Amino acid sequence: MATTSQASPASDGLMTPDAAAADGPLIQLLDERGELHADERFSAYVADVDADELRSIYRDMALTRRFDVEATALQRQGQLALWVPCRGQEAAQIGSGRATRPGDYIFPTYREHGVAWTRQVDFAEMLRIFRGVSNGGWDPRENNFHMYTMVLAAQVPHATGYAMGINHDQSDWDTERRAAEGDAVVAYFGDGSSSEGDVHESMVFAASFDAPIVFFCQNNQWAISVPFEVQSKVPLASRAAGYGFEGLRVDGNDVLACLAVTRYALEHARRGDGPVFIEAVTYRMSAHTTADDPTKYRASEEELSWEPKDPLLRLEAYLRSSGAGDDAFFEQVAADADEMAAGVRAKAFTFPDPVLADSFKNVYAEAHPLIREESEWFRQYEAGFADNHPGGAR
Amino acid sequence: MTTMTIAKAINSGLRRSLESDEKSLLIGEDIGRLGGVYRITDGLLADFGTRRVIDSPLAESGIIGTCIGMALRGYRPVAEIQFDGFVFPGFNQITTQLAKMRARSEGRLTVPVVIRIPYGGGIGSVEHHSESPEALFAHTAGLRIITPSNAQDAYWMIQQAIECEDPVIVFEPKRRYWLKGEVDTERPALDAFKAQVVREGHHATIVAYGPLVPVALAAADAAEEDGYSVEVVDLRSISPIDFDTVVASVEKTGRLIVAHEAPTFGGIGGEIASRVSERAFLSLEAPVLRVGGFHMPYPVAKVEEDYLPDIDKLLEALDRLFTY
Ligand SMILES: Cc1ncc(C[n+]2csc(CCOP(=O)(O)OP(=O)(O)O)c2C)c(N)n1
Repeated sequence: MATTSQASPASDGLMTPDAAAADGPLIQLLDERGELHADERFSAYVADVDADELRSIYRDMALTRRFDVEATALQRQGQLALWVPCRGQEAAQIGSGRATRPGDYIFPTYREHGVAWTRQVDFAEMLRIFRGVSNGGWDPRENNFHMYTMVLAAQVPHATGYAMGINHDQSDWDTERRAAEGDAVVAYFGDGSSSEGDVHESMVFAASFDAPIVFFCQNNQWAISVPFEVQSKVPLASRAAGYGFEGLRVDGNDVLACLAVTRYALEHARRGDGPVFIEAVTYRMSAHTTADDPTKYRASEEELSWEPKDPLLRLEAYLRSSGAGDDAFFEQVAADADEMAAGVRAKAFTFPDPVLADSFKNVYAEAHPLIREESEWFRQYEAGFADNHPGGAR
Repeated sequence: MTTMTIAKAINSGLRRSLESDEKSLLIGEDIGRLGGVYRITDGLLADFGTRRVIDSPLAESGIIGTCIGMALRGYRPVAEIQFDGFVFPGFNQITTQLAKMRARSEGRLTVPVVIRIPYGGGIGSVEHHSESPEALFAHTAGLRIITPSNAQDAYWMIQQAIECEDPVIVFEPKRRYWLKGEVDTERPALDAFKAQVVREGHHATIVAYGPLVPVALAAADAAEEDGYSVEVVDLRSISPIDFDTVVASVEKTGRLIVAHEAPTFGGIGGEIASRVSERAFLSLEAPVLRVGGFHMPYPVAKVEEDYLPDIDKLLEALDRLFTY
């Protein structure tokens, strides 16, 4: 089994990720040793992926990982309030993200740095939120990549509604035109979030209205300290049947399988055939956030057991064995990644500190008397300190 | 007397309730093995087991709703909401069900559920981790809302909340979790629903609660240097509000500032100002002033210092009070 975890038996009688969670058939194209397998249904969806593209996929994954390392370091140095690592989830993110088209709209949670990268969001921009200078960070309309959402699952109904809007817009299109030009939506969320009512309600709506949406759940086995079994006794993908649409369970550490399955699901959705649920079975290789301490709740043997399943290692093995990537290539990627990281670091230090006065500007779209009154009060209050602090701000 | 942090005091209070009442139990996200994201429940799983300390699925509506069900079955559940901004998926259950069940059943049913919510800012976090939504709950009849500002209160108020027959929301001032204080574990000092004068004065009163009590005390100290004697009232209970204590203080000092982190518009301060003008109008030398947050979503961490009520903002308000 490609992704069975080697959880140690629980001595305290608590549940740990066991076979029920991580076992069962997974769609897989590239196995842990980096060997390619044909899949009757899904190989066709990546038949066009040549050596060049594979190298580019690897590069995306390596850059994402390097970015993650850099951001973690920045947090440790006190430059970010918090960081949410995505180590281990690069295949699920790059594979699914690369399956989208520019017109598709993505609703992420807060860990989707790799997906963001595939949508041309600049890595440095992703740090604004965590540096405490912005609550949004990037322009969501620029790359059709929505802002991160901190309240778990709250973005999933938005994604569904957006997809319902697409349906309205394209209601007089025939299937062919939809397939060729139609838009779709991908909603990302975690295994923990799958327990929230918002996810359930979204799936009901999406099914009822044949919304062109792909629900992409990265089952990384843990919701902070709570193992998957507390959220579900069955593979999440199997829940989709209860809503009346297809659920697919994919090896989330296999970038090709993630790409293929998401391409399939998007094609299905945009054609007008309704939603698809993808459960990408993966593993969060580092802490939940930089504020977390995984030693309190999971065994290091479990973490170690996932190391050989690292999504980058297996793609590297394949690139090497197929002759598509040699030492020179990997050295170049590493050098590029270092350069990118240095650039991200430098840019993070250039973000201007925001001023509170500006926060009044965006609360309402139209002038609002209370805002006017409070901002005027604050202006005068600040001015009272001007003598001691020439810059105005204290 | 022992010295402990507010975090430790809550932990000890929970432990004592778990020991003394076998019907009490804790439920929430990450409260078991991890001991909660703030480690408030640290060690309790190990000592009380998975039936008393329950790591729940990630679903606030589910947490509150099942607490209601357990309470109907005779248990005394204590739910932990991970952060202020994440209570809202459970808001429906709290406001439409928990708060109203006793009234709807014409007093036949009681639902002694406790909901613990770490709240307030000043911790430099990302959005939804720093909010003060107490007024949204206070507006709903049927709930009791308390907030400790020191370790002694934290230790006792959590136990009093668990013993209370009504639903109680305990807003815990998260930026004060590490504030140390003396705790007398022998005897509850005070009724959880009563305010307390924590500093005597005679020129003006500052009413504050939770995280702002230390700020109010520091502002009063600073004002002392300018010759003003400021009384500080720790409200402790947000619903009900102990207006008698507040009014008595205002009758003594003639001036009142209400300070809280939540936006002033539609907030608890407005309620207090209004009641005081009804009950002590002739004692007032100046209008009641409010110092609180602005009418905006809690701002980004880099500017939260400008947003939060601090000593300077309280002193500025005192200056205005004394111009009347
Ligand atoms: C509504 C809500 N409740 C609680 C939290 C606190 N919280 C943040 S992340 C997290 C765990 C999320 O787990 P999962 O959905 O599996 O996603 P992952 O972080 O593993 O990617 C929790 C409980 C939150 N952000 N929102």
